[in-house]
Amino acid sequence: MSEAGGAVRIGVYICHCGANIAATVDVKSLAASAATMPNVVVWREYKYLCSDSGQDLIRQDIPNQRLNRIVVASCSPHLHEQTFRAAVAAAGLNPFYLQMVNIREHISWVHENRMEATSKAQDLLRAAVRRVARHEALERSRIPIHPDVLVVGGGIAGIHAALTLANAGKHVYLVERQPTIGGHMAQFDKTFPTLDCAACILTPKMSAVKAHQKITLWTYSEVVQVDGYVGSYQVTVKRRTRYVREDLCTGCLECLEACLYQEGRFTDEFNAGLASRKPIYIPFPQAVPQVPVIDPEACIQFKSGKCKKTCIDACGDRHAISFQLEEKTEEIQVGSIIVATGFQVFDARRAPYYGYGVYPDVYTALEVERLVNASGPTAGEVVLRDGRIPKTVGIVHCVGSRDENTNRWCSRVCCMYSLKLAHLIKERTGAEVFNFYIDIRTPGKGFEEFYQKLLNEKVHFIRGRVAEVTDWALDPTEEGKLILRVEDTLAGLVRRIPVDMVVLSVGLEPRSDAQDVCRMFNMTCSGEGFFTERHPKLAPVNTFADGVFLAGCCQGPKDIPDTVAQAGAAAAEALVLIDSGSIETEPNTAYTDEDVCSGCKTCIPLCPYHAITFLEQEKKARINQATCKGCGTCVAACPSGSIRQHLFEDEQIFEEIEGILTYA
Amino acid sequence: MPEVFEPKIVAFFCNWCTYLAADLAGTSRIKHAPNARVIRVMCSGRVDPQFVLDAFAKGADGVLIGGCHPGDCHYQEGNYKALRRVALLRRLLKQMGIEEERFRLEWISAAEGERVKTVINDMVEKLRALGPRVQPVRKEVA
Amino acid sequence: MKPKVAFYWCASCGGCEEAVVDLDEELLGVADAVDIVFWPVALDFKEKDVAAMPDGSILASFINGAIRNSHQQEMAELLRAKSLVVVAFGICAQLGGIPGLANLSDAKGILAEVYRDGVTPARRYSENGYSLSLPEFFDTVVALDRVIQVDYYLPGCPPTPNLIRDAVHALLAPELPPKGAVLAPDHALCEQCPRKDSRPEKLLVKEFVRPHQVVADQQTCLLAQGLVCLGPGTRAGCNALCIRGNMPCTGCFGPTSRVRDYGAKALSAIASVIESNDESQIERALEAVPDPVGTFYRYSLPSSMLGRRRME
Ligand SMILES: Cc1cc2nc3c(=O)[nH]c(=O)nc-3n(C[C@H](O)[C@H](O)[C@H](O)COP(=O)(O)OP(=O)(O)OC[C@H]3O[C@@H](n4cnc5c(N)ncnc54)[C@H](O)[C@@H]3O)c2cc1C
Ligand code: SF4
Ligand code: SF4
Ligand code: SF4
Ligand code: SF4
Ligand code: FES
Repeated sequence: MSEAGGAVRIGVYICHCGANIAATVDVKSLAASAATMPNVVVWREYKYLCSDSGQDLIRQDIPNQRLNRIVVASCSPHLHEQTFRAAVAAAGLNPFYLQMVNIREHISWVHENRMEATSKAQDLLRAAVRRVARHEALERSRIPIHPDVLVVGGGIAGIHAALTLANAGKHVYLVERQPTIGGHMAQFDKTFPTLDCAACILTPKMSAVKAHQKITLWTYSEVVQVDGYVGSYQVTVKRRTRYVREDLCTGCLECLEACLYQEGRFTDEFNAGLASRKPIYIPFPQAVPQVPVIDPEACIQFKSGKCKKTCIDACGDRHAISFQLEEKTEEIQVGSIIVATGFQVFDARRAPYYGYGVYPDVYTALEVERLVNASGPTAGEVVLRDGRIPKTVGIVHCVGSRDENTNRWCSRVCCMYSLKLAHLIKERTGAEVFNFYIDIRTPGKGFEEFYQKLLNEKVHFIRGRVAEVTDWALDPTEEGKLILRVEDTLAGLVRRIPVDMVVLSVGLEPRSDAQDVCRMFNMTCSGEGFFTERHPKLAPVNTFADGVFLAGCCQGPKDIPDTVAQAGAAAAEALVLIDSGSIETEPNTAYTDEDVCSGCKTCIPLCPYHAITFLEQEKKARINQATCKGCGTCVAACPSGSIRQHLFEDEQIFEEIEGILTYA
Repeated sequence: MPEVFEPKIVAFFCNWCTYLAADLAGTSRIKHAPNARVIRVMCSGRVDPQFVLDAFAKGADGVLIGGCHPGDCHYQEGNYKALRRVALLRRLLKQMGIEEERFRLEWISAAEGERVKTVINDMVEKLRALGPRVQPVRKEVA
Repeated sequence: MKPKVAFYWCASCGGCEEAVVDLDEELLGVADAVDIVFWPVALDFKEKDVAAMPDGSILASFINGAIRNSHQQEMAELLRAKSLVVVAFGICAQLGGIPGLANLSDAKGILAEVYRDGVTPARRYSENGYSLSLPEFFDTVVALDRVIQVDYYLPGCPPTPNLIRDAVHALLAPELPPKGAVLAPDHALCEQCPRKDSRPEKLLVKEFVRPHQVVADQQTCLLAQGLVCLGPGTRAGCNALCIRGNMPCTGCFGPTSRVRDYGAKALSAIASVIESNDESQIERALEAVPDPVGTFYRYSLPSSMLGRRRME
């Protein structure tokens, strides 16, 4: 049909985006200026170009006006380039004869002066008009999608995503760093706002993961390298050894009993340090898999080589324990990846004015989660480190959240889990509980009702940011207590509240290795380290790396219901990819002109993907179209101009420069 | 003639970080000076020094290259190649009498919408102080 | 009647003239077939003789050197009018050449530098009723095609005998090459370099060295030895003369047709192979390139995108 043959005939389409663009850019005069630009034969402005009727304009003009190039001035190409390419293709024109001009994100939303905004829009439009004349018809190639999926992180997000995919018949590799899956949720007793038992809803899912035919579960493991691209990722997983063979261990746990250490002596991470464990241990009774781990830092045999090795005797002819086991590396092939690496809690020591680590009776919320937990170190009893039962408790909200000096964001779950802990503490001890808050945020289903319930339970709420926690008594009633100094902004006075126990509601933040993980999977993340979704509304679980999806708190703080919903969405995205069988790639690859390449080899070492090979026979460089990702680095380097890049040809970019500066 | 001199900046932004940062500045309505004109390239490694010189030759008052932070390039290390070229190009431009402030390489991640504003505003201010760039006079074919 | 040809020199060192004089006998055979009507270096014809010829009466004028003063421009214009074909002979005529490096300065700066505290020549001088005028000394050196239309280019500093021979044959052939053509192969020099195979596939350079700092190995690719060899960015045609003399290519054949700015592209390639991602280390690696303009625009500053240093 109407292809590029003959004279270039450009149609320019300018979108008002309601008032989003039209309020700042004079779209009428922009359209008028389009009329004066070279090769432009149709120019229109329209309220919403991305709407069906908007696209129709383009679809009809192409045959009726014999257009062979289209320029759309609207929003970012990251948002609608695919939309308009599809519209162009629907009219029978090669979709790569389209060029977009970003006059919304880059102009109308960031500038105020109408004249300046419009003149900038004209420059960019002129650049696009000149550029598009140099466009060529391109073919997309299809790459097949490997049906296996990698899920990284076995918290509730990873578990849910893995089960969803496995239930749909896809093979999943679930890689978890800790010796057990479960993540933070496994540490909780109850969950807000329904107060249902966390273990009761989580542990069946954990067992289901272990039992599922379609899930390969690798705990105590980490992804160390990711190569390839959507559809065919090669992933290297490092599997640390627990010195206990998973295939031989039956989970009887007799070895734990048999250990020379009668009592736990080493920090129990799962119990947030409130209990101790032995050198050989499982993190918690319902851990999955039910296979112990030996901590070489603690084990006598590893430290001195002189242990009686009673654990090995206890294991007997199952022969599951061996001190000689070594870490293993596995190479797997997957088509898509779900990253669900979760969060870490704010380190309360970074807010030294609250006395964490100084006063033993100051706890973090995560520690209290373990205290109130029926299977925790105190079997659910809320007792202080010295055995006292607190009579008054102060819960400080927003520790490490909404604070310029620590983290600026709201951690979203702290208000609600604070209420939950207030309820549980009051229930277990009958103590007077004070909540110190800046705002109470309860925007979830059943949340406000839960807050009302707490008010009815006579939990105290004091509005104000706590200035400090101190043990410096000013009068006898404060003696032996921790005093919270706070400006009560409702009462308008500074108060001192003496309590027996302080709970710090620590915020959620990216894991300390988030930047590395981000890099490894080629995603993008915020400065803090929360992974960025491709679009906050339209592609909330996609990332900028095709085939890599997000689930759970690694993307930002959220509660369990939202985490599970997001994990389901990520699984659905992966399923779409797998079931479509293949995906089309962006044809922006680089290619050498072998007739003129001098074989100087400058380009060869520059490609990070080893896509350029030197043909020994011909003495020329050749770029593998399947492995080139189109960065263009080699193109800029080839000293004889013998490498070109589809969609980003030198000529096209020179035209843009020319267009921008024509009336400079 | 406008009262204040409005410099024109040609900006080459990489698709995955700085271009997105400029998009984010948009969605977050972070107002900034309208002097920069962005040309999208897939990676800062695609920026051929010819593009920079061409922009200056055609009258740009400043050229800005924006890429991902070191280590964060979507293509692993394109931005390091950009860094190497910029180091040499900067010295060449200096010999050609183009002030340092006119040519900048900035690392701006997709999350740094605010930085797009800071960098562009700052550059505009510095270019204003320098005043318009005098174009070399060239003899054309008679 | 034999076809008429003319030779002229503008701002050049005379090397190109030398190259013509040095042509071997085979070419002299060609020379017999033509009638040289103007060649100030060798033959006694005057400007007015040319002016007297009808327009278009010369088959081809070979003009070497850049344009740096008004008389050179006038001569170029005169020869253009009289000739069917004008060939920019040598890299100075093609791109500005070494005289073009004067564009780092301007007329005033150059005269001040050359005459120091002495007497600066005046454009017009009269004494005893006689007057003398000098051509205007331009601020900016330009290549030949900035003042007249050029039909063919013959790169090199100077063009090599075989290239000249091929060019003359091409011009005498019944079918002329396309207008605007550079009469040399359109790939880079590495292709012709005898050391090509010694260039490693993963060539990265930690630190560049300058030719006087090392005794280069005679067999190995010079760039692989850390010398800034511009062969990868330079048009082939010289058969790697300098490399055969164990010196790195400095780029006298200019760029290929696919490159708009020789220096920018050469710079890009050289910078790309630095083996470091660290700013200060990169700076250190580049210490051996103390003069980027002189290195990358040695022969092409006037035809580069910027053309000259900004005028004060
Ligand atoms: C004190 C507290 C109380 C809370 N109470 C509630 C509540 O009552 N109700 C509610 O809805 N929400 C509650 N939340 C929020 C809840 O914890 C989260 O919504 C939920 O845990 C998020 O799950 P996730 O899978 O995204 O992350 P996580 O639970 O953090 O799981 C991530 C998993 O990934 C693993 N991992 C991390 N990095 C890697 C890597 N590089 N390789 C392999 N594995 C890795 C981790 O070991 C972990 O197992 C609470 C949060 C806190 C801090
Ligand atoms: S850099 Fe260019 S000329 Fe050299 S080998 Fe690569 S493609 Fe060929
Ligand atoms: S464009 Fe980038 S990915 Fe493609 S071959 Fe060149 S350097 Fe490699
Ligand atoms: S870089 Fe220089 S020495 Fe090396 S192969 Fe090319 S021309 Fe020859
Ligand atoms: S090697 Fe380079 S500098 Fe030497 S003659 Fe050949 S092109 Fe000219
Ligand atoms: S993709 Fe941003 S610098 Fe390479």
